[in-house]
Amino acid sequence: MSSPEQMQAIMKKWMDWIGSIAAQDKLVSTGARLGNEGKTVKPGNVVTDGPYVEIKEALGGFIVVKAASVEEAAEIAKGCPILTVGGNVEVRNIIPMNS
Amino acid sequence: MLQEELIPHLFRTEYRKIVSVLCKLFGIAHIELAEDIASDTFLQASETWALKGLPQNPVAWLYTVAKNKTKDYLKRDTLFQQKITGHLKQAIPTEEEIEIDLSGKNINDSQLQMMFAICHPSISAEAQIGLGLRILCGFGVEEIADAFLSNKETIAKRLYRAKEKLREEKVKIEWPGQAELPQRLETVCTMLYLLFNEGYYSASQNVTLRKDLCLEAMRLNYLLTEYEATDVPFVNALLSLMCFHSSRFEARTNSRDEIILYEEQDTALWNTELIMQGEYYLNKAAMGNHLSKYHLEAAIAWWHTRKTDTQEKWENVLQLYNQLLMIEYSPVAALNRTYALSKANSKTEAIIEAEKLQLSQNHLYYALLGNLYTGVDNTKAMENLNKALHFAKTNADKKTINHAIEKLEQH
Repeated sequence: MSSPEQMQAIMKKWMDWIGSIAAQDKLVSTGARLGNEGKTVKPGNVVTDGPYVEIKEALGGFIVVKAASVEEAAEIAKGCPILTVGGNVEVRNIIPMNS
Repeated sequence: MLQEELIPHLFRTEYRKIVSVLCKLFGIAHIELAEDIASDTFLQASETWALKGLPQNPVAWLYTVAKNKTKDYLKRDTLFQQKITGHLKQAIPTEEEIEIDLSGKNINDSQLQMMFAICHPSISAEAQIGLGLRILCGFGVEEIADAFLSNKETIAKRLYRAKEKLREEKVKIEWPGQAELPQRLETVCTMLYLLFNEGYYSASQNVTLRKDLCLEAMRLNYLLTEYEATDVPFVNALLSLMCFHSSRFEARTNSRDEIILYEEQDTALWNTELIMQGEYYLNKAAMGNHLSKYHLEAAIAWWHTRKTDTQEKWENVLQLYNQLLMIEYSPVAALNRTYALSKANSKTEAIIEAEKLQLSQNHLYYALLGNLYTGVDNTKAMENLNKALHFAKTNADKKTINHAIEKLEQH
């Protein structure tokens, strides 16, 4: 368990990163942070606990940014604080529903 | 108050009341008539008072004269209409049935409803401010042109078109319905916010005019807090923001009307009463679950009422700017955020962030880079300040940048 000071320092890193994206007018949505609670629904009404508990990786959250290319988006992702605690950022393009 | 100060003062505060009450009575189609009667009333006041001295109750005097002028006009207009066209204008009630209600309640209601009418969604933001200045603040076309750094003709045309639009859309001077009130109120607040900014940041050299603009925006904002349905958190946050900013009025210009930068201001000249008022409204704003940009800007402005350069101050300011930018991007907020970043984190980090902003052609962007590079790389600092000077448009901005260049040369 981390101390309130540590929590605040972690929070600051995230806020500064998102603030930096917003200051470049590249923020579309802060997305959401995902919790640990969840269910997985499989074919045949099979519902199991937890989001894919069998694999080590878990999706922690997402953010939507404006970028001219995936490369530019990857450049933005280099500042993501998750990288400092052993996490990865996966950069993906979004395909609009009507195309 | 001296007589020569009293009339302009009454004009600022009473003109809109007379126009609003009359316009509500006549309908928005006859807005010019309401303006004419109000202007005539003040003309008569300045002539009569100069000769006979001040009446016992100048405001009551104005209301009586405005009432009589309205009745006279309607009488004449009725005769005129009957003689020339043979039928009456239906929109204007005849003299017999007219009741000109200049009670405090009707005045307040009419003024607030007039604010909503002017801020009708069909009117462009620019025209809303123009109309607001003309009708709600009693500014002359020349003064508006001065505030906008434009000319009389352009402003007159803009006002004319806006009034036409109000007529076309048949905008009523009434309370918006419950359902549309929040959104309409937001437009009204945007108008007041722009009105205040026009005064606070305007490039106009006329300091008195600019101060008046800000005071009028505050007065109108205050009216909104006095009425239950519009006394909502974001309205209070906006008023709080205006109080904090205007607390530095006396400190931000010198006797030659030149801008004095925040860092160089004499804090003894800051108005503590306005700061306290700002805190009062900020507390009132701290409820509900909607965090508006006004809340965030007011909170930033609160931190700036304490001049001491502490880590705590700049860290808070930085986080508030981060949140503000997440709600709404603006180049100014992006620049200010980067400045706060340099104070809270480090100049090196802020330089990297500033280079990402890419606000080329914005003089403030280069001024910021000039500031950040000072002491880190003075050659680059000078390059940026020169670019800032190149893109600066107003004399006040050029003066400020030249001041920074001189300081850097002495380094």
